[in-house]
Amino acid sequence: MLVEMIGLTKHFGTTKAVSDFTVTLQDGELTSLLGPSGCGKSTVLNMLAGILPPTSGQILFDGEDVTNLAPERRGIGLVFQNYALYPHMTVLQNITFPLEIQNVPREERLQRAREMAQLVHVDKLLERKPKQLSGGQQQRVAIARALVKRPRLLLLDEPLSNLDARLRLEMREEIRRIQQQTQVTTVFVTHDQEEAMSISDNIVLMKDGYLQQQDAPQALYNNPVNQFVADFLGNPPINHLYGALKNGQFVLEDGSAAFTLPMDVTAIQAERPLVLAIRAESAEIAQPGEQAVFDALIESVYTMGKEALAYLKVGTQEMRIYIDPDEGHQAGENIRVALKQRGVFLFDRETEARLL
Amino acid sequence: MTQNDRMQYRKQKRLQRSAAIWSALEPFAYLLPFMVSIAIFTLYPVFNVVLMSFKEGFRMLTGQYTAIGLGNYTYVINDKYFANALTNTALYVAFVVPISTVLAVVLANLLNRKVRGMALFQTAYFLPMVTSITASGLAWKFMFSRDFGVINQVLSWFGVDKINWLQAPSWNIYALIIYGIWSILPFTIILLLSGLQNIDETYYTAARVDGAKSGRIFFRITVPMLAPTIGLVLTINTISSSKVFNELYPLFNGRPGHSYNLYTVVYYIFDQFYSKSKAGRAAAAALILFLIIFVITMLQQLIQRKWTH
Repeated sequence: MLVEMIGLTKHFGTTKAVSDFTVTLQDGELTSLLGPSGCGKSTVLNMLAGILPPTSGQILFDGEDVTNLAPERRGIGLVFQNYALYPHMTVLQNITFPLEIQNVPREERLQRAREMAQLVHVDKLLERKPKQLSGGQQQRVAIARALVKRPRLLLLDEPLSNLDARLRLEMREEIRRIQQQTQVTTVFVTHDQEEAMSISDNIVLMKDGYLQQQDAPQALYNNPVNQFVADFLGNPPINHLYGALKNGQFVLEDGSAAFTLPMDVTAIQAERPLVLAIRAESAEIAQPGEQAVFDALIESVYTMGKEALAYLKVGTQEMRIYIDPDEGHQAGENIRVALKQRGVFLFDRETEARLL
Repeated sequence: MTQNDRMQYRKQKRLQRSAAIWSALEPFAYLLPFMVSIAIFTLYPVFNVVLMSFKEGFRMLTGQYTAIGLGNYTYVINDKYFANALTNTALYVAFVVPISTVLAVVLANLLNRKVRGMALFQTAYFLPMVTSITASGLAWKFMFSRDFGVINQVLSWFGVDKINWLQAPSWNIYALIIYGIWSILPFTIILLLSGLQNIDETYYTAARVDGAKSGRIFFRITVPMLAPTIGLVLTINTISSSKVFNELYPLFNGRPGHSYNLYTVVYYIFDQFYSKSKAGRAAAAALILFLIIFVITMLQQLIQRKWTH
């Protein structure tokens, strides 16, 4: 189902939770609503569900205005962060409950519940109570309960945050599999960028109630519109070098280092305060004769299996880059660093807008 | 080691040992005042009642008795007033406990809503709890009055003839039951309200998103999730209603019903002890009541273990 949100705004008293939010979700896609806590992503989800009425703006489902439609008439399935499985009902009763409300005949109810249970792999647990299930199994049941109504839109509110690290990876893949199998349009709320990057067709990144950028995960990573987007995505976090342009060179703010950038900077005004953002994988130890090279001192090296992370001192500032652990670089060594084309961005220091 | 060293060493050991003993006993020292008061005011009287129930012809003031045996029990069991008391008490429990629980579940559910001015309603419902039972009993006596009472007046709007609640013996028990339900409600509502507030809001949201109406939410989600609290309420209210006495006293000027027709078990115990000075019979009746309540409570626990999740 095509979901359009047009100028969606939600105020709680004087607090502006969501402001002028305009986003379109494509049919059959899994879209992550991503952002730090308090950015308004859950508020958007609750407005899509119809639990919270928007202050202004419109929500269209396949072109039909549902802004003021009651939750039960929107055809949505909702999975809560704490699953909200009814503790006094068995797994089967939990899954059939939404159908019981719709007065679906008993036989059909059971059949559809069994199909759903098979889809999410809980068909051997139907007679158990939620308390007798692991976190991951409870999550599966919650998804089955949300999907059994055959919703047009599946909403998942931080569904993995109550699980331990291993289960989180497993359930992440499971949610992806179930979504691809059912082809249901899905909204996935999370604050974990890695989760969003790995699971989504599309990421909607929010901050302070405003849309920052919407794009496919890799596009978002490779082409951030502002410094917030660049900072929020990626682990380890993107490096920042503070400085300005002088005579075509990037000069650190205290003048402790200066070097040429691997991009055309002629359009940018000299002396304007800038942030040079470099992904850890976008810088490497320079080969002789390479362009865009600057000096750095290795402060420490952390080897993690196939790769090593080196903490560098550039002038008075610091950055982290990936190096080859087999080359045997040591702390205290002076090296020359080359920048790649990809994953190097220039932002305005004040507005955080992307310049290059 | 010199003589002196050895003495020093022993002294030190002794000190260490007494410190160890003190640290083991210290918790008991703090418990002592509580234990002493429990022993004096609870354990000793209970023990004494058991003894008393076997002492035939026991006199409270002199402590004399004629024989040890089951005489008090055979008297009480064969006493038609005790049989009457048992029947009345059983009827009272059978009406008051289920009706008050159902009413309280409904009222607690209404009081649990976040509505403006709810504090006013809550205060109104909890008022009986802070009012003296003697004062409210007198008020109810006026309300039950045949010719001037508000209850008969309200009933007359529905074409019901005047009922002589307090003077016609056959109606006495219903007056007692109605008053009993009213006086037990606030405490019951408080217990259920705390149970309701422990139910996570997301269960309701989940059901509402699925399209459940409030009736279905109430019966399929609220009530089952409240089951443990309802079980607790049933147990507590069965025990307290089995001991009905306070409600009886003001309604009938201190008599058990208009014409001594409405003995309850506790009124019987009170009567044997204070009016008839038969402490042994009172003790025997008290122990019989205890046994009955004990058995009923155990049965309740057994049943409830099955239907609470």
